[in-house]
Parts: sequence; structure tokens; C-alpha cells
Amino acid sequence: MKKFLGILSASTVLVMFISCGGNHSQNEILIGEFGSLTGTTATFGQSTHHGLELAVDETNIAGGVLGKKIVLIVEDDQSKPEEAATAVTKLITRDKVKAVIGEVASSRSLAAAPICQQLGIPMVSPASTNPEVTKKGDYIFRVCYIDPFQGEILARFLYNSLGLRKAATLKDVKNDYSVGLAHYFKETFEGLGGTVVAEQAYSEGDSDFKAQLTALKAAEPEAIFVPGYYIEAALVVKQARELNMTMPMLGGDGWDSSKLLEVGGLSLNNTYYSTHYSTDDTSWAVQNFVAKYRSRFNEMPDAMAALGYDAGLILFDAIRRAGSTDGPAIRDALGATENFSGVTGRITIDKERNAHKSLVIISVVDGKLKYKETIQP
Amino acid sequence: MSELLQQIVNGISLGSIYALIALGYTMIYGILRFINFAHGDVFMVGAFIGYYSAPRIIALMGGNLLMAAPAVLLITMLGCSVLGVAIEKFAYRSLRSRPKLTVLITAIGVSFFLEYGGQLVFGPDPKLFPQLIPSGSIINTEHVVIGTNSIVVIVTALALMMLLRFIVFNTKMGTAMRAVSFDHRVASLMGINIDTIISFTFILGSSLAAAAALLFASVYPSINPLMGIFPGLKAFVAAVLGGIGNLTGAALGGLIIGITETFVSGYISSSFRDAIAFSILILILLFKPSGILGHHEREKV
Repeated sequence: MKKFLGILSASTVLVMFISCGGNHSQNEILIGEFGSLTGTTATFGQSTHHGLELAVDETNIAGGVLGKKIVLIVEDDQSKPEEAATAVTKLITRDKVKAVIGEVASSRSLAAAPICQQLGIPMVSPASTNPEVTKKGDYIFRVCYIDPFQGEILARFLYNSLGLRKAATLKDVKNDYSVGLAHYFKETFEGLGGTVVAEQAYSEGDSDFKAQLTALKAAEPEAIFVPGYYIEAALVVKQARELNMTMPMLGGDGWDSSKLLEVGGLSLNNTYYSTHYSTDDTSWAVQNFVAKYRSRFNEMPDAMAALGYDAGLILFDAIRRAGSTDGPAIRDALGATENFSGVTGRITIDKERNAHKSLVIISVVDGKLKYKETIQP
Repeated sequence: MSELLQQIVNGISLGSIYALIALGYTMIYGILRFINFAHGDVFMVGAFIGYYSAPRIIALMGGNLLMAAPAVLLITMLGCSVLGVAIEKFAYRSLRSRPKLTVLITAIGVSFFLEYGGQLVFGPDPKLFPQLIPSGSIINTEHVVIGTNSIVVIVTALALMMLLRFIVFNTKMGTAMRAVSFDHRVASLMGINIDTIISFTFILGSSLAAAAALLFASVYPSINPLMGIFPGLKAFVAAVLGGIGNLTGAALGGLIIGITETFVSGYISSSFRDAIAFSILILILLFKPSGILGHHEREKV
């Protein structure tokens, strides 16, 4: 009896596993999305997902792509590169998606890109800025600018707009994005004639930065560049202010999150960071998007939401132009994207599969985000 | 020079928190002769109890932090004590007669249970701890800033350690605890209820972990269910460094680890911040395994 029950339950489980994978009709195009819905950079994944959801629903209401509905299959990578690799493998091999959208963090994109490249599935990163991501292969694309540009512009901003000559950097050694951005910033800043008087580092997930900040303070920098992600950046700025370090602090697009002000509060006054768009932009495209997003999700869309939206629409447009859902066809169509009107600007995908776009600088004044300036490439 | 002073202040502040957690480890070892690896996660639960109760209590006290903070501390200590006693009763008590390795593995199991259970219950995203200590600074010069945060941490830790010392050396329960740690069979023959004493030890240790959690979360306000892993491990190293089973040793060990970590992070490289604690562990086990203030336990055959 026991043996029979054992065999019965084992075969039930086996049948359940085999029938996993879902039934998807022929009238659907499966698109995979992987992002950090939970973990240290949770707002990145959640915002991107909302933006993408908006794009998918709008497209489906208008009749879909090539007469079929877009179905989004989402995987959470918990802000970890290992999970990103697993998520993408599952999406492509088990769910059989035709294309993948993700990720925001360069470390996770770098983990997933080789898998997508090997399996011949196009991957569109909405916001990874480390140049190595698109070098992984001709199936990997991005719809945002890259760090050599971002680092250069931030260095110029510090040197010219703020007129400062001595900077210090505090980078996150656990993330390729942060290390790369710090490097490009230093390159340009020193090339312009400035000096990077001190460099320190931390690890993503750390909560105590007083030791590093005290060491930086001793070198007397006029500004500090913190090219990390929003939680650590906010804590860094908070602790710096507690140590009487009142100089301006700069960051990259990793700061863009609603949690930044929540964690940092008023200590974020006199800081600046670069990002992909501003909700203060009066153009119709931006305001229309902001209105639609707010009425659906009850919050202001940050840069990741806008990029998620643009990435989705660009992918769907590419599938339309390709006329099919074949990997190579979508890949060629993505590469030919020219002057696409996105919420984050006019997007043209170049030969290196990166986008040439303008950069927006946001400043924090009185505990609120304020648009500072736009810089064209 | 001023940088050195500032780093020392930073280090003492961090070290006091490690000392509080280390005291829990050392007391449990003294009584039960095993390392309670779940202690770091009791610390984590304390932070979350504080996170959920603080806003309500602050609202109840009308925003008066001077009254609200001790109330939150008491409630968190209560919560962690209940958790500690429950862990002892359900996970460790029935294994008392078994080899020490069995309980050790159970402790690791409880640790994982609390961590990933915490992720399910509290959500894995980092949360912002509400402010319990008013911001500002006591000493505010160009070179050295001693914030209210640091002062409250150091003073609270000191007060709790002195309270613990009083309990252990000047009360009946404390004497019973020391008797049990000396020889638990003879102690039970003398009429001491071993179960009660062990539960009491867990209450003391968990309360200290709760206090450490509130202080830690006040200084580093981002909390998440895995936050107890590293402070727990470093506090364990601190307890071993000072001499496992020795209260003063645990406090000393905590301070040493805190200061060393801060110095290495500030002067050498912050990449070694976590590594330094474990390097110290390896060194102390190689050269003086009984710790700085510990003594060899001679087993008479």
C-alpha cells in the first residue's frame, strides 16, 4: 500500500511538472521581462515594470503587434546577478519568449547578456549604462546613453557649471556600473585640469560609511562623487552631513528613485545627479506619459519607468518593422531604429547598439527634486 | 590628528553595538557551552519589532522622543526575550543531552529559518527605520563631530553592560547563573532549576540584542531581514576574541573589533572591512584560542 501511494504521488508530481509551462495560444507574442522587483534596488525593477506594463497595455488596446497580443512574462532577479542569469535562462528555455527586456543594473545585464546572445534572443536593456553590456553580442541592445558619456558630462558639469577643481570619489566595488562611472568621471575631470584628491570604496548593502567619509574629509575635496545606487547614496550623503561635510555631492542615474528622498531627506540639499528625463519637461510627450502613469499607478514616474515604457514601445515597433518574431529579424529591425520618438527623447540605435540621447541633471533643493539642465550629446 | 579622533569615535560607537550582541553569545556559551548562531537573527527581529512599534508609540507619546524611545526599547526587549525563550524551548532544550554538534547545526537551522521567514513576513526590501534619537551633535568642531547618535549609543551600551554586571554578580539569579556555568550538575543538586536559569540567560542575551538592534538601526537606518548576518558573525568573533564565556572579554572584544574595522576601512581599504574581523578570528584561534581574557579549561580525568 505504502509503495503504491509513493508511486502514485511521484507520478502526480511528474505530470504536474511536465504540464508546467502554460498554454499560450497562437495569437500571442511572448515577451520576457527580468528585473529587480525585490532587493536593494527594488524600485528600479518595479518602476521599469510599471512603465513596460503601460506600454504593453497601450499596444494591446490599439490592436497588438502583427495582429497578436503581447503577453509579458515577468521574473524577479532579487537585485542579484546570479538570479538574473537564472531568470533569463528560464524565460528563454521554458517560457519560450521571443525577446527579453532587462535589466536596469549593468551587473545584472552583464550576467544575462551572454545567455541571450548564445540562445539568439534579442535583449533590450532599458537603463544599463556600462559600455560592456552591448559588447556581449549583436543581439544585445540598450535604449539609454552609456557611462563614458555620463561620466564625461558629470565631470564637465562639476568643472564648468559648479566651477570646482578638487573632487573625491566614493564608489561601490560590488557593481560594474559604479566602478565604470567613477573611472570615466575621473578620466574627464583630470583631463580638464581638475584633481581627484581621494578615492574610497564601499560594497552594496553596507550601511556604515563614516570611516570612508572621514578619510575623504581629510583630503579636503570641494565635491564628492558617489556613483552608486540610491539607498547607499542616500545613507552616504546623510552620514556625510552628520560629519559636517557640507560640500556638493554628485551622483549618476543610479540615484533616480523615489526612495532617495525618503532615506536621505533634507541632507540631500546641495546634491546633483544625472538621469534620463525630468517630469518638469513641458513637452507634450512627457506630460502625456506622466498623466497616464499617474492615473494608473498613483505615483510620479521616475526615469526607470520612462525608460521601461520606451524600451517596450521600441521593441514592439521593431517587431512590426521586422514583420516576424524571429530572433534575427527582430535583431536587425532593432539595429535599424532611427529617430524613434520616446518619452526620454529621440532615440536612434547606433552601430554599437547604444542610443544617443540627451542627459538631464536634477538638483535637490529644499528636500525636493528640481530640474537643473539638459545636455545634448 | 583630527581624522584619527573622528575615526576613534566612529569605532567606539560601532564597537559598543558589537559588544552588546557579543555579550549574548558569551552568556549562552558560558551556560550551555554552545554558540547560538541564531543570535544575530534575534537582533534582526528586534530591529523589525522596533520598526513596527516605534511609529505607534511615538504617536501615543505625542512625538516626545525622550519618553517614546525607552518605551520602544522595553517593548523590543520584551519581544526579543519571548523569541529567545521560544527558540530555547522548542529548538535547543530537547537536544541538551545530545552532542554539541547537533545543537550547533540546529542553531544554524534556526538562523536560516528566521532570515528567510523574515523575508516572507517582512518582505525582502530594505526599510527605513524611524528616527528614535534626535539628530544633531554634542561636539561640533571643524575637525571632530560627535553626534547625538554616537553619544546615545555609547551611553546606552555602557548603562546596559553595567546593569548586566549588577545582575550577574549582585543578585541571586546571577549567582545561580554563574553556578550553572561552573558545573551544571552540581548546581542542579544544590536545588537550582536549570531550565529557569537557562531561560533567564536567554532573556538577558536577547534583551541586549534587542537594544543593540535599536541602536544599530538608529545609526544605520536601512533594515532588512538579512541584516543580522554580518553583525552577528562579527559579534561572535568579538566574543571569541575576548574569551568566550567571559563578560568583560565580550565587551572588550566588541570594542576592539569595532575600532579595528573602522580604522582598516578608513586608512587601508574599505574592501577589507568585513575581512578584518575574520582575519582576527583566524589569528586568535591560532595563537591564543582561549581569547584575551579567557582561561584554559582544564579537563580533569
